Amino acid sequence: MEKIIISIENVSKEYKRDSLSISVLNNITFDVQEGDFLALMGPSGSGKTTLLNLIAGIDQPTVGKIIINGNDIAKLSATSLAKWRSENVGFIFQFYNLIPVLTAFENVELPLLLTKLSKSERKKRVELALSIVGLGDRMDHYPKQLSGGQEQRVAIARAVVTDPAIIVADEPTGDLDKNSAAEVLTLLDRLNKEMKKTIIMVTHDPSAASKAHIIKHLEKGDLV
Amino acid sequence: MTVPFSYIIRNFKSRKLTTGITVLGISMVVFVFTAVLMMSFGIKKTLKSTGSADNVKIARKSANGEISSIIEGDIVNFIKTLPQVAKDSKNQAILSAEPVVIINLDIKTGGLSNITVRGVSDSYGELRKQIKLIQGRPFTFGARELIVGEAIDRKFKGAQLGSKVKIAGDYWTVVGIFSTDGTGFDSEVWGDALQLLNAFNRGNAVSTVTFKLADISKYNELKQVFKSERRLLQFEPKIEQIYYEEQSEFMSSFIKILGTVITVIFSFGAMIGAMITMYASVANRVREIGTMRALGFLRRSILTAFMTESLIIAIAGWIFGTLLSLLLTSQKVSTLNFNSFSELEFGFSLSPDIIISSLVFAVVMGIVGGFLPAVRAARLNIVSALRAN
Repeated sequence: MEKIIISIENVSKEYKRDSLSISVLNNITFDVQEGDFLALMGPSGSGKTTLLNLIAGIDQPTVGKIIINGNDIAKLSATSLAKWRSENVGFIFQFYNLIPVLTAFENVELPLLLTKLSKSERKKRVELALSIVGLGDRMDHYPKQLSGGQEQRVAIARAVVTDPAIIVADEPTGDLDKNSAAEVLTLLDRLNKEMKKTIIMVTHDPSAASKAHIIKHLEKGDLV
Repeated sequence: MTVPFSYIIRNFKSRKLTTGITVLGISMVVFVFTAVLMMSFGIKKTLKSTGSADNVKIARKSANGEISSIIEGDIVNFIKTLPQVAKDSKNQAILSAEPVVIINLDIKTGGLSNITVRGVSDSYGELRKQIKLIQGRPFTFGARELIVGEAIDRKFKGAQLGSKVKIAGDYWTVVGIFSTDGTGFDSEVWGDALQLLNAFNRGNAVSTVTFKLADISKYNELKQVFKSERRLLQFEPKIEQIYYEEQSEFMSSFIKILGTVITVIFSFGAMIGAMITMYASVANRVREIGTMRALGFLRRSILTAFMTESLIIAIAGWIFGTLLSLLLTSQKVSTLNFNSFSELEFGFSLSPDIIISSLVFAVVMGIVGGFLPAVRAARLNIVSALRAN
């Protein structure tokens, strides 16, 4: 029997802008099994990135519970949540979000600086992560010396280097050409199948979503 | 959980111009601050080195300086008999009863200024061993001759070897130039005490008496004599070095306070500059900050990173400012000493205390300039920061 890794229970999210209250998510409830590859789709403003941010622990719900591996992360303090993120979540962003002044190696090493690993252990892990994404020979390159697809692969290496249970990807192919997008999706597929990572991906792209096992559609803050 | 140091350092490369200008601004303030302290310390050091630690100077208690002190001849004679006064091989007291007067001379670059003329007794060579004749010969006792300090020779017209200087209506010949290695005596003119008393019709009343202590450990005993002996009650003995150091107090403090106030005002400009640079640095890296926060770096790690960046700018400014101020150590300045009302030449002197003070000053500028931008960086909302362009 498969284990539920993420449980979203009656989650709503509102943003306050001056005196206006804008509802972004309305009473969302669903579960994600460990090792699932879930795609969140929907038009712009439907709340899919907000939902992804809540699962990733970088935003807090207005109402409801987000239980991940048995912990209600909505109840964690900012400091505990930061530690939780560093141990449990790998991030992949649409625009890669690599640090321009750090090399590929240093970018991938960044999340490991939050662990107690020794320098040599960190080196081993970074080299392994970069070799998984096929960039073992580009470790000393700065982001500006890499193509968009290569940058996103470095970002994927950074997401897996801490061996997190969950990987959240926000439009990971949104800024890539067709071939690079295919490479990135293949990598995500491998992470899911070979490394058993639970992946939550927000995408507009139906072909990207087709890689996922489950697709959930959001519209105006509701699951449809 | 600290942001890597390489991240902080390499970010400077992407903002070379603004960082460079900020460093320059801070270094200028550090330079002015250090220069003021060096000037204040230079005055103190010059006057302190003027006196010797084993000489005692006697002046009238209420006198602010030597020119306002008077000691009558009978008191001088009594002081000579004190057992604490050292004697030479001929059993003569090593003592100089000195009239001190002020005359005007023309400055080479224009204008007039006051000069201290000191009459000295024949023990002066024994008392002030630092004196070196660099040109000419010593003055002759009983003649209207003078030797002048090298600072006076440098700055004033008509004080050169062979010149005649008008004092109290008579012309006195400059027969020698002396040096005391940058002490306050370099800014004085010396002649025979008796000739000077005679020229000014002062009878036998001198300004101060300086003598060598027979035994330094007997100084407290000497002070007791001045407290208990009725004829000496109006006078006060002081170790010569301390006497001159106290003479520097007013001018040194005046320069220090005035200079510090001016530099603090300048520093506001430098701090605002640092603040603008740091705000720009935060604004350019909002998405990077959001990414690091998402990855798990804490607010305090971000705060520390930006504070470190600001402190590095400040410390770089301190290094440049201090290096620049080193150029001043070869410079000499001459100005009117408020205590003696006469010209005093002094140098800019650097000390470990000054280096530490300017470092603290630079660090404070870095902390004040960097704090608000660092707080802004640390308080950025992760979701909003990740959406930034």
